[in-house]
Amino acid sequence: MCAASNPVAGRDGLAVLDAEEIRRALTRIAHEILERTHGGGEIILLGIPTRGVPLARRLAALIGEFEGLEVPCGSLDVTMHRDDLRLHPARALGRTDLPAAGVDGKTVVLVDDVLYSGRTVRAALDALTDFGRPLTVQLAVLVDRGHRELPIRADYVGKNLPTSQREVVHVLLAEVDDTDAVLIEDGGQP
Amino acid sequence: MKRHLISAADLSRADALLILDTAEELASLADRPIKKLPTLRGRTVVNLFFEDSTRTRISFEAAAKRLSADVINFSAKGSSVAKGESLKDTALTLEAMGADAVVIRHSASGAAHRLAGWVQGSVVNAGDGTHEHPTQALLDAFTIRRRLKGLNGAGTRGAGLDGIRVTIVGDVLHGRVARSNVLLLSTLGAEVTLAAPPTLLPLAVGSWPCAVSYDLDSELPKSDVVMMLRVQQERMTAAYFPSVREYSRRYGLDKARMARLPEHAIVMHPGPMNRGVEIAAEVADSARSTIVEQVANGVTIRMAVLYLLLGGTEFPEVTQ
Repeated sequence: MCAASNPVAGRDGLAVLDAEEIRRALTRIAHEILERTHGGGEIILLGIPTRGVPLARRLAALIGEFEGLEVPCGSLDVTMHRDDLRLHPARALGRTDLPAAGVDGKTVVLVDDVLYSGRTVRAALDALTDFGRPLTVQLAVLVDRGHRELPIRADYVGKNLPTSQREVVHVLLAEVDDTDAVLIEDGGQP
Repeated sequence: MKRHLISAADLSRADALLILDTAEELASLADRPIKKLPTLRGRTVVNLFFEDSTRTRISFEAAAKRLSADVINFSAKGSSVAKGESLKDTALTLEAMGADAVVIRHSASGAAHRLAGWVQGSVVNAGDGTHEHPTQALLDAFTIRRRLKGLNGAGTRGAGLDGIRVTIVGDVLHGRVARSNVLLLSTLGAEVTLAAPPTLLPLAVGSWPCAVSYDLDSELPKSDVVMMLRVQQERMTAAYFPSVREYSRRYGLDKARMARLPEHAIVMHPGPMNRGVEIAAEVADSARSTIVEQVANGVTIRMAVLYLLLGGTEFPEVTQ
């Protein structure tokens, strides 16, 4: 198709981050979270399925490594709160698994792989409201590819990736895809 | 998923697992401070009940409300049906009111199927005569999977019921629950045996995907699940057994019979129970009984069904 064809995990596309770069980006984000939350005492990391969940776990492990604290980590499925449900056939649900202590009064860091339109994050904010009232909510993403449709921004970004809307960004993680990489592919359709 | 849920036979293994997995994720809703999701906001679900029912109607109502759908309850008593309105005219009235889904319970077998041809929305069969009751079978499968395939549902995602031996006991002839369960449980890989007196088995039972036994006692030691069915005296037009007492002696589950079950086996009943007839009170109240759990799971599974039927895009055949 194009010269940038890449055989990673059988997907076409240009590799923009490899495993080492992903690891370094997450390490930096983990330090930034600690810095911004003054040591990470009252934080909860919530991954948005599918690939936000392993990213949240990796961040929790890194924070544990740096500061020796156990950061509660969970997953928050946003399917039932999406605004585009009627545009697709009914989707299978992801897992929602919140730490037993709840979110009231805590600093919740939402974790996702790609920030694009911002609609998933909007749905996540709605879903979170049903579980309690966090003190603050922050957002960490591995890739910010722009093209926001809502007034939402990330607090922690692994890599800003300027894209065109016809391109497709694939985040591959070892827990789900057996390899770590971020690929960008020409989607063909405008 | 198809557009309607009329029969358990319409569900492929993949469809059934999708419903069970969806229910598994929705089950945690009951533990949350706000037990409501905005998913079906603006959709209307009509509960069309031509037959008495408490748990099924309330269960569908709770499920629809937890998904934020608007619910209209319609019972034949005190409606125009009492004045002689036909099912079709009632259906067209509901259609004009813009029902997105109709949940129907009717005393005539095939009523749900007929209704599906008259309305645009999805039809969910909540029991039609002696034919089927698919959501009951789904909640039973869900209960079995949660109890016997992994604790707390964590490891059950995508799991079928392969290798689980289910014995369904009692009035198979008048029971729509039995037919739906046989079809669904065998689709999911369970081995189903019907244990009933010959007079309470339908003629065509030989073509069902299950084994048949007239002797409950020999089936008990090899059962992982025993499902007791209600003796449906209101549907019985002839003498199917000499006396209730004899039936209870031969096919009722009492404490002594329960002791013959394997250690892990569970006892199910779709309700309402006739305590002392098909099930003894101490069995119904024992730790092995899943009867209360089945009611809670009923709401969850009906949420999953309503979400999968109504939560996505309109079906293509409707928009054409």
